[in-house]
Amino acid sequence: MGLTSKSTGLSLLKNKYDIVKEDRDMIVIALAGNPNTGKSTLFNTLTGLNQHTGNWPGKTVSNAKGTFKYKDKKFLLVDLPGTYSLLANSVEEEIARDFICFGNPDITIVITDATCLERNLNLVLQVMEITDKVIVCVNLIDEAKRKGISIDIEKLENRLGVPVIPTVARDNKGIDELLEIIYQMINGNIKTNPYRLKYSDEIESIIKEIEPILIETLGTKYNTRWLALRLIDGDKAIFNSIDNILKKYSI
Amino acid sequence: MDSVKDASSRILNILNDKLKTDANISDSIVTTIYEKAEKIANEVLMIEDKKKINWDKKIDDILTSKIFGYPIMLLLLGLIFWITIQGANYPSQLLGKILFGLENKLTEFFMYINAPYWLHGILVLGMYRTLAWVISVMLPPMAIFFPFFTLLEDLGYLPRVAFNLDNFFRKSGTHGKQALTMSMGFGCNAAGVIATRIIDSPRERLIAIITNSFVPCNGRFPTLIAISTIFFSSLVSPKFSSIIATASVIGIILIGIFITLFVSKLLSKTILKGIPSTFTLELPPYRKPQIGRILVRSLIDRTLFVLSRAVLVAAPAGAITWLVANINIDGISLLNHIAHFLNPLGNLMGLDGFILLAFILGLPANEIVLPILIMSYLSTGSMIELDSLDSLKNLLINNGWTWVTGLNFMLFSLLHFPCGTTLLTIKNETNSTKWAVFTALLTTSIAILVTIIVNLLSILFK
Repeated sequence: MGLTSKSTGLSLLKNKYDIVKEDRDMIVIALAGNPNTGKSTLFNTLTGLNQHTGNWPGKTVSNAKGTFKYKDKKFLLVDLPGTYSLLANSVEEEIARDFICFGNPDITIVITDATCLERNLNLVLQVMEITDKVIVCVNLIDEAKRKGISIDIEKLENRLGVPVIPTVARDNKGIDELLEIIYQMINGNIKTNPYRLKYSDEIESIIKEIEPILIETLGTKYNTRWLALRLIDGDKAIFNSIDNILKKYSI
Repeated sequence: MDSVKDASSRILNILNDKLKTDANISDSIVTTIYEKAEKIANEVLMIEDKKKINWDKKIDDILTSKIFGYPIMLLLLGLIFWITIQGANYPSQLLGKILFGLENKLTEFFMYINAPYWLHGILVLGMYRTLAWVISVMLPPMAIFFPFFTLLEDLGYLPRVAFNLDNFFRKSGTHGKQALTMSMGFGCNAAGVIATRIIDSPRERLIAIITNSFVPCNGRFPTLIAISTIFFSSLVSPKFSSIIATASVIGIILIGIFITLFVSKLLSKTILKGIPSTFTLELPPYRKPQIGRILVRSLIDRTLFVLSRAVLVAAPAGAITWLVANINIDGISLLNHIAHFLNPLGNLMGLDGFILLAFILGLPANEIVLPILIMSYLSTGSMIELDSLDSLKNLLINNGWTWVTGLNFMLFSLLHFPCGTTLLTIKNETNSTKWAVFTALLTTSIAILVTIIVNLLSILFK
């Protein structure tokens, strides 16, 4: 039909996530989150770029990279497609997941919707399985307040083990705090201790057997526990992803 | 790479060995994640017990209700067009007066410096006049229409439109999200085509791409508004003229939506067969619109963008039109030769050769079709001052237009081939020239067919 999943925008975009050489000396920040939580708004606020924002889910179909400066550091911000999970049920999820795992961003910001925190926490927990360097933004805090919802930020920070910042991205609220936390984290002044999920005994025991094999081949550069988990989950695509990464770096 | 192969086979062995139990591992993993998320959420969330009225739901119940959904949709759209038509009239005239006054000054200047006839022709009568038309006719309606459209988008109304229309699209054998991409098409068809990326099924996505240009984009709205104001408002007393003009624009949009559904159905029954896939459309919460940002975004991003594109294309197109109108072969201008050639088909469609030529020359951008047409009428007929819709009306009527011509012009504008940018986008998005050509052929055939039918009917019932 001429139109296959390969020829559509999303898979073409896969290439766009490769960070080019001149970007290497910049600090790479990935921006993840559920659809319609304000990722593009935050992206625009931070980078000053004018990505199309609009109040409907799935609007960010093409993805954007933008740069910004804070104090003496230069940052590269990558706006990932909005997803509810990272279990690779769709191309968007696969892109987001591969970038967080193999793109090695220096920091991953997960932006969440304060009005439906529970659903958003699913994604936060999954991101924290892949990487330690996570900052959580609880966005739309004003809307939540109007609905009579308030969130104990300190307790949330405590439970998650990573910095949590309440924001109202469209009114620029909480952005300064976010920038400062990013800066402190890059300088190593903030240590995170992300909560790691414990699975059933059966799953945990298989992880113990698979992980050493992965460390043998891949080293410790990637999160082998998470890779092992994905393999147990029956995710065949992850084999290809690992293969591609190895090819790229062994030559 | 042997070590990787070795590792993966060892891992597969372990998995085959250990995962004997058919207990669903994926489910177990997902459950672990969800339970933890729920636990944390319960710990940190404090929900006030006072009974807050769920306004979102109350509003949604009305806006997406079976009874009120459609009328409200039409009323909102109608209100926006009415304000646009009412409000654009005066500034359009003012801009026209200023810009065409400047044209006279320019002409005087060219006479003064003794410029050759052709230079004055190309620069002033060709380029400047077309530009003046584009700006005076298009800028005011855009500056009014775009902020309102952006306001609806910011409020979160677009997904409700999609929700209302979902049923129709499913009945046409296509994806409900096509309602969303179609709504995007009202802004710009090229953007609408890109927006189809939210549709996963290649078959449904292709249908959404092919049919996207059946809804009028921002570039065509000013033309539709101008023509409907001229020809349909005169049918009733001046008091109701803008209401009738509004109604006819909405009528054109409804025809566009109907054709979209019809062609979608046709495609899904013939060359793009398949079962519509199900999906869940999330209705986002209503959000307080940010007036400042809306104004900036709609005026700078949209209005200036569309206008500058129109200006960029209109200037050379105006020059070319003037040249074509003034290069004579056998004593008759090239323009007349071409128009004469296109005339039989044009007449059959209730139009004329000049109109068809204007659409062909307007391929780069739909915005310039009307200015080109005015140019070609002006260059052949008597020179009149064109500084208001009234003088445009006289010009068109002098060239044999009736309300049937006006209607067919609007229909052809609605249904004909997508603009150059959209065609290029289709080519890029489908990775094939074939689908872009197919779209152009299909839409144009439908446009020709519909206008011929309307024309024949009008002759029959005269």
